[in-house]
Amino acid sequence: MKTYYNPEDLKKFGTIAEFQKPLADKFFDYYGEVFKEGALTAREKSLIALAVAHAVQCPYCIDAYSVDTTEKGCTEAQVMEAIHVAAAIRGGATLVHGVQMMNKVKEISM
Amino acid sequence: MDLKTLHKKQDQLAGSEYQLKVLNDDEKTGKKLARFSEKLTAILLFPLKPLALDIFQVNMGKMCNQVCQHCHVDAGPDRKEIMTRDTMQTCVDLIGQHQFTTVDLTGGAPELNPNFRWFVEEIRKVNPSCKIIVRCNLTIIVANKKYNDLPVFYKTNGIEVVSSLPFYSASRTDKQRGDGVFEDSMKALSILNAVGYGIENSGLILNLVYNPAGAFLPPDQTALEKEYKTELKNKYGITFNNLFAITNMPVSRYLNYLLQTGNYASYMEKLISAFNPAAANNVMCRNTLSIGWDGYIYDCDFNQMLDLKVEAKDSQHINDFNNDSLKKRNIIVNQHCYGCTAGAGSSCGGEVVG
Ligand code: SF4
Ligand code: SF4
Repeated sequence: MKTYYNPEDLKKFGTIAEFQKPLADKFFDYYGEVFKEGALTAREKSLIALAVAHAVQCPYCIDAYSVDTTEKGCTEAQVMEAIHVAAAIRGGATLVHGVQMMNKVKEISM
Repeated sequence: MDLKTLHKKQDQLAGSEYQLKVLNDDEKTGKKLARFSEKLTAILLFPLKPLALDIFQVNMGKMCNQVCQHCHVDAGPDRKEIMTRDTMQTCVDLIGQHQFTTVDLTGGAPELNPNFRWFVEEIRKVNPSCKIIVRCNLTIIVANKKYNDLPVFYKTNGIEVVSSLPFYSASRTDKQRGDGVFEDSMKALSILNAVGYGIENSGLILNLVYNPAGAFLPPDQTALEKEYKTELKNKYGITFNNLFAITNMPVSRYLNYLLQTGNYASYMEKLISAFNPAAANNVMCRNTLSIGWDGYIYDCDFNQMLDLKVEAKDSQHINDFNNDSLKKRNIIVNQHCYGCTAGAGSSCGGEVVG
């Protein structure tokens, strides 16, 4: 079956350099640097990545960071809590705009 | 969890020939995977040669009180193959004669061999300065009253203890090693701590081994060690020296797990894409000899389980031990070797590149 997303494509991420190498090189260098142990541990960064992956709903990143967080020793409860953080922020981001909506409704109402 | 060995179930995978067939069958992976020997050739390491004969590793038998899912030995309570005292005596003679720097005792559960204590004491007599390592599965210490004093015995003989603890939580440990194993392991670790093992400046070394509870690779050893130390100290008051992160080898029960869960192809690909030349340079077979329960000599414990005896034809058994031939031999490699060279690499002592 043809689908837009193919799990095998994840392994080919690096091939984006075929069409534009200098920018891809810069991106992958940057990417590698971002995920190194720093002020945050590599494990904390991996959990953030997993949460963001769910927020942006990228199946490739969800696949990659489900494995990466598990490899880095995160428990089932921890990965699920990370996703709840993403969900809470997404939900909150929707709801907080309710204030803007209310402002407008009040502005135009008698 | 399945509590039977492959041997007991008379599973095809209990046989080494079938395992090697699977490991070399491209149909099982759906594509042709690079051969380990080709990878070594590309980095000028083939044929793989030993650098020294420092470590004398003895597998004292396949008998074990546990039946862990990932066990590459297919060990368990039903396995009766254990080393005899005569074979041990030959080992002792060799250990004295060649003054190996390290003697590494493994199994199964080496302590289940009725001659275990005698063997250790004899080794100490003929080679007082060597490091003796015992791969203790922890639960054996609390399995029966007669084993409760093992930590004291280890201490008396200056033994270094290396023990598996796949994770610092009960659920993940028990999934891999069996129900209640985590709790018993905590009890055993407390006893080891009480006699001084893993306590700073005691000189008694207690190292733990992490291995992934599933089809994934181990993380950075240093970061994980920190977490283990914090968690075990805070929750259970337990301390230890170092954590070794070990990759699961696609051999025996772990190979079975990979095949049964449909993870085999992706796991092999993962190992291969993580091939690290620096780790290949430092694989443990380059300074180790592995002795089977029946006295045959292998390049490592994994080759032992695949029945790949050392290539040196005149020195395949300890009765014919020939130092020169063994030093000159080519190490036998196969597709399972990718488990030793993935990422930071993996040996019985953990990562092989710093
Ligand atoms: S992994 Fe160790 S403790 Fe577990 S069954 Fe095998 S030999 Fe026994
Ligand atoms: S599996 Fe054995 S022979 Fe192969 S690389 Fe590892 S230690 Fe060496």
